[in-house]
Formats: sequence, structure tokens, C-alpha cells
Amino acid sequence: MTAPGNSATEIWPLWEVFVRSSRGLSHVHVGSLHAPDETLAVRNARDLYTRRGEGVSVWVVPADAITTSDPDAKGAFFESPSGKNYRHASYYSKSEGVKHL
Amino acid sequence: MTIPAGPYAASTQSAPVTEPELSPEEQQFNDLIAADSRIEPRDWMPEAYRKSLVRQISQHAHSEIIGMQPESNWITRAPSLKRKAILIAKVQDEAGHGLYLYSAAQTLGTSRDDMTDALIAGKARYSSIFNYPTPTWADMGSIGWLVDGAAICNQVPLCRASYGPYGRAMVRICKEESFHQRQGFEILLELMQGTEAQRQMAQESVNRWYWPALMMFGPPDDDSPNSAQSMKWKIKRHSNDELRQRFVNMLVPQAAVLGVTLPDPDLRWNDETQMYDLGEIDWTEFHEVLAGRGPANAQRLQRRRDAHDEGRWVREAAAAYAVKIAARKKNASAADSKDLAS
Repeated sequence: MTAPGNSATEIWPLWEVFVRSSRGLSHVHVGSLHAPDETLAVRNARDLYTRRGEGVSVWVVPADAITTSDPDAKGAFFESPSGKNYRHASYYSKSEGVKHL
Repeated sequence: MTIPAGPYAASTQSAPVTEPELSPEEQQFNDLIAADSRIEPRDWMPEAYRKSLVRQISQHAHSEIIGMQPESNWITRAPSLKRKAILIAKVQDEAGHGLYLYSAAQTLGTSRDDMTDALIAGKARYSSIFNYPTPTWADMGSIGWLVDGAAICNQVPLCRASYGPYGRAMVRICKEESFHQRQGFEILLELMQGTEAQRQMAQESVNRWYWPALMMFGPPDDDSPNSAQSMKWKIKRHSNDELRQRFVNMLVPQAAVLGVTLPDPDLRWNDETQMYDLGEIDWTEFHEVLAGRGPANAQRLQRRRDAHDEGRWVREAAAAYAVKIAARKKNASAADSKDLAS
């Protein structure tokens, strides 16, 4: 399933842009842009999304290369963790007051 | 009378009818809005919500793009290298803002080419403010202080708009706008601390921009057909008049720092409301400009059209080059795998 907004009718394809704001952090999706190829996509991404030093690294991905989960099956797809609060530390209350635990 | 589609359609019926059964996805949409959560591109949404967003976001994008023109007019004539560099950076920001917003509109299923076509065909609207000319350098100051100031006032609440991509684009834009307003204020401040001729230039410019800036908030609440629905959907958070009032309340003390007067003889502090009372706005002018009969409508649209036409060969050449390179790469890798096979 392609990313939202990608349209086959346009002369330049859509790219999704990810920026690493500083070393030690992940690349985070910041938005999208149009560009004819990957070289220009990276340059356009620099000009559009890092004009004030917002990034030290940029990824661009063709929007139609992204596969997403099915939006109509949202509930069922993410059902597994619900009711399993024993996966969280806060579930275990008997140890309250015990230090370094 | 046909009842418009959408989750609020039922409330327009006056007869006590039983609540129509909502589909699960419509119920979920209503719940998300009620919980102040966000709607994302792949979510189900009422057609009217989608249409309303496409209209608002694309108009907003067009405004940023057309908004480059009144200021680019002064890039070559800015009074110093520093001011020239600042102005270039600001105009580049406006282009960026337009692109963020076109991308946000695109997530709703409209293409950027369609939006561009609508703009250059004269079918799409953009903010009436950009149809005023910029004859003096002081206008760069007034645009920053008054026009960008009004825009910020409008846009800060839009950061919480119920449609996720719109809100995120606005967060980015608002961060960048505050530089725009401050540099404009500084231009006016320097002029006001200058010669008598410079002070006059600043005041004359403020006189021309004040009322059009107030009109940027849109028609008064009782004459704003889309506002109520937009607020129910939490796209808009405050009414036009509310935001306009908030803007003037901030403006008056700033004008005092500058030493300029605001050209409204009826403007005065109201002790009861703890707000400034404003004079009457000339809405005929607003509607004239919106209808395409402002001082610079034809010029702005023609300039946009020319830029689009003159850039066509670049867009096409870049696309053709990308196809050629992709084909070359494909051939090369096909040859590689042949080598391996032999």
C-alpha cells in the first residue's frame, strides 16, 4: 500500500523525508517533497527541511516504496498488547518502596 | 432542501427525529474529535471535512507562494547587504511554507499539480493581503510587523488543528515566522529612529497596511459561513473576530515602542471589556480585493503564471533525465547478472 498523497499523474514523484537532528538520535519523518530523482530529492530535502541547522543527516524514500499497515484493520492489528499490562513495570506493585527496583 | 452529508448534518433538522445510526468509522471520527485527538491521512473522515481542509490548506499554501512576490520586489534594492541577505532568507522561507502546506493538502488525496493549475487558472483563492503593492522600503517593515504578525496570530492556534499533517506543518511554520515578524519590526524601528523623511516613510507605510492586515482574519463572525463548522471540527479554534481583537491588543503597545500611530481614530481602550475598541472595517474593500479587483491581483497572478511557464522546461528536462538514468542503471544491472550467469 503506497503512502498517502502519492499520485501517479504528477511529473515529479513524491518522496518522504527523514532527518537526524543530531548524532545519537534516530532519523525522524519530517514531511515530504517532490523531486525528479534521488540526488535532487536529497538536495531539496536539505533546502526545505534543514535551513536552520535542523539536521546532520537526511534520508529520502520514494513515497510509493513505503508499505503501511492496513488502516481499516487498525483495531485488530494492534490488539495483541491490550489486556497484557503485565508487560509494564507498573503492573508489579508489591515491590513498591523497595529501593533500586 | 437537501441535507448536507457529514456527522453534524443531523443537527440541522429541527424535527425531533431519532439519531441516525452512525457507522463504526464515523463514530470513531466523532470520538477522536471529541477527545481532542488527531485525524491522520488514512483515517475515515466525512467528505465535507476533507473538502474543507483541502480548501483551507491549499488556499494557505497559495498565499505563501504568492506572498513571495511583494517582498522579492525589494531584494535587489534592499538598503544593505545584511538586509538583502535577510530578505532572501525570508522569501525562501515563504517558498518552504508553501511546500509544507501543499504536502499536507496532498495527504488528503489532491495532487499538487491540480492545486497549481487551479491557482494559475485564477480559480483558487489566496489571502487578499498579497494583492497590495509594496512601493517603499518601509513596506518590508510593515509586512513583517503587521502581515506576518497577523499571520502568526492566526496560525498559532492552527498548530492544534484536528488534522495531523496540517497541525505539524503549522508547527514548523510558526517556528520560522517569529523571525519574520521581528525583522520587520526592526526595519520600522530603525526608520523611526532615523531622519524625518524616514519616519514619515514608516508612518505612511503603516497607514496603508494596518487595515488590510486586520482584514486578514476574514469577515466578521456573523458573515463567515465556514467558521462554525470549522470550529466544530476543531480545525479552527477561535473565531475571526476573536483573533482580530487579540492581534490589536498586542499591536497597540508595540506601536507605542515604535512611535507610530495606528490609523484608526476610533481605537481606544475600553475599561469594561479590558480590550481595545476598534473602528469600523471597510468590508467592501475586502470583498473587492477577494473578487480579484484589488490593486495588484492581475499582476500577482500573471507573475505566477509566467514563472510556471518559464520553469516548465526545467521540470520536464529533470524528469526526462531521471527516466534516462534509471533506464541506464537497469541495463547495467541486467548486464551484471548476465555476467554472473555465464
